[in-house]
Amino acid sequence: MQQPGRTMLAKIWDQHVIARISDDTDLLHIDRHLLHDLGGSRGLLDLKSKGLEVHNPELTFATPDHAISTAHDRAGTSKVGQDLLAALRVETSASGIRMFDVDQPGQGIVHVIGPELGLSLPGCTIVCGDSHTCTHGGLGALAFGIGSSELTHVLATQTLVQRRPKTMRVRFEGKLPFGVTAKDMILALIGQIGVAAGTGYAVEYAGGAIRDLPIEGRLTICNLSIELGAKVGMVAPDETTFEFLRGRSYAPQGAMWSQAVEAWRRLPSDADAVFDREVLIDVETIVPQVTWGISPEQVIGVDGRIPDPRSAGDPVRAAAITTALDYMGLVPGAPIAGTPVDWVFIGSCTNSRLSDLRAAAEVARGRKVAPGVRAWVVPGSENVKREAVTEGLDKVFTDAGFEWREPGCSMCLAANGETVAPGQRSVSTSNRNFIGRQGPLARTHLASPASAVAAAITGAIADVRSMGR
Amino acid sequence: MPQPFDKLTAVAAPIMRGNIDTDVIIRIERLVGNSARGTLGKWAFGSLRYLPDGSENPEFILNREPYRQAEILVTGPNFGCGSSREGAVWSLQELGIRAVIGSSFGDIFFANCFQNGVLPVVIGRETVDQLAAEIEATQGAGRISIDLETQSIIAPSGQRHTFEIDPRRREGLLHGLDEIAMTLQRDTAIRAFQAADRSARPWIHFAGPSA
Repeated sequence: MQQPGRTMLAKIWDQHVIARISDDTDLLHIDRHLLHDLGGSRGLLDLKSKGLEVHNPELTFATPDHAISTAHDRAGTSKVGQDLLAALRVETSASGIRMFDVDQPGQGIVHVIGPELGLSLPGCTIVCGDSHTCTHGGLGALAFGIGSSELTHVLATQTLVQRRPKTMRVRFEGKLPFGVTAKDMILALIGQIGVAAGTGYAVEYAGGAIRDLPIEGRLTICNLSIELGAKVGMVAPDETTFEFLRGRSYAPQGAMWSQAVEAWRRLPSDADAVFDREVLIDVETIVPQVTWGISPEQVIGVDGRIPDPRSAGDPVRAAAITTALDYMGLVPGAPIAGTPVDWVFIGSCTNSRLSDLRAAAEVARGRKVAPGVRAWVVPGSENVKREAVTEGLDKVFTDAGFEWREPGCSMCLAANGETVAPGQRSVSTSNRNFIGRQGPLARTHLASPASAVAAAITGAIADVRSMGR
Repeated sequence: MPQPFDKLTAVAAPIMRGNIDTDVIIRIERLVGNSARGTLGKWAFGSLRYLPDGSENPEFILNREPYRQAEILVTGPNFGCGSSREGAVWSLQELGIRAVIGSSFGDIFFANCFQNGVLPVVIGRETVDQLAAEIEATQGAGRISIDLETQSIIAPSGQRHTFEIDPRRREGLLHGLDEIAMTLQRDTAIRAFQAADRSARPWIHFAGPSA
């Protein structure tokens, strides 16, 4: 009998099984473990307190990103942030773990540096104590976020006990319209199928519009998988992937490179592979997206109107809309465009790579941030920052009135004290518009980098397509 | 090592809003630092529990009797979505919560519960809604009993509901098993896998800067 086709998930999963624990649960090898300042030293200290050692320090890498200030010279890093950074230095050094420290090439948001350095590779398993680890799936990796206990388990054993997820394939077909980006594609998907649709699934993104995306766009798509409820998001590796990785400092070289590429070509799902759920999205119908509520699924086109609970249909949905509008201070039925903003944040593991900064700079060039708006650009890594400076992007932003900052997570989750003030409204290129995410009572609208700049320039949520260049 | 869980009869508080994310369960700034654990109970559900001036919000269920004594939460769909922060579970535990009942949970939160001896019970949405309604009808006096051994819940009405749970997870909770110690018993297999993999996929194991 002919074997049925296999999904990419199954191929990568099976290659990492050390032992079968039960029918649907396996002990998996972990190829890359990434540590950051918020949980890295805690995990290493936890391990020490159990009398254990790091199983494979050579497969473990660390960088500070969450708790450090993004001000120049890292001024304003809190005492506790400084302590976490110091502890990360001491504990990684004691365990022989490579750490990319502040001001060094390689430092940055952990989900930016993995791909950038070639640490993240197709077909490898990657974990990190951060839910946006799904980002690395943009290169064809099986990557997912873990909690503190699993983090210690990986340090101790270089493995994890995992239940095999169900599979979902999302095919994005068509040509992306002008002004519409990878961020808009994934927000539109979340708006359509909801934030719980991916719970229990690994999502594979496929279709012509995914193949047309450069790697950085694929990383953005996979980054928001967790906002779909899925721990894992992935895109099959192809020539675009190989070209992106070729020559990166931790990517294989020479004969090993050829051997790796040969193996990576076998990873994509077979043509007859069967997924537990299939979703089809026509990208030609997508317009630039902006969230209006307190969950990423509360999203509309920038040309749309704020939902009215009275036309919601069922009472549960109506109550959810009312709660969101109360928190966000929005009027039902009004156009979302024209809503005045106080803050614009361009950064985060979603949208802080060089291509994001280029797209933002293209809209910002020769224009000025509206009076009363504070606008920050926080590059995703030291290398992104240096390349952007070489291209003169920092100058474009500062000439326009943006603040150009040091790399880190910054105002995406506000763990380092960088917050939007209570009641203030922010357009952010990050991934979560949860209650208080950017600071207590802060109101967050998620959008693409180009849309965020459009808001900064006009002082209100705006359709970037009308600022066309 | 998680604390064992076998049986529990306790006050249950319904928090039925959908998609309660882990940022709402515990704000990130409460978790920054290596000594946060042990200080978190006060900050669980902070944005719902306290008014902007820091005083208790009398409307919020966990600020009312008898729900202040709740050891069980009955939750809306997708509870614990969002961030991987295990502090979300720690903060619930420090608040006295030992089990959460809902129709679905965020995947990472769900896994983190087991790691700490908190039982997440997945049952159908209608049953969850019914439990919440029964609790509210008795103003919290109607308790819920959970028996992990028999995989069953007794509702305030006395009605019995059964639930499914991964047998491995169940075993781990019943006995408070240490997963790291169990995995390290397989260390020979781990090392054998790595030895074979070093020849099959050398690029994984010999990563280094190509200076």
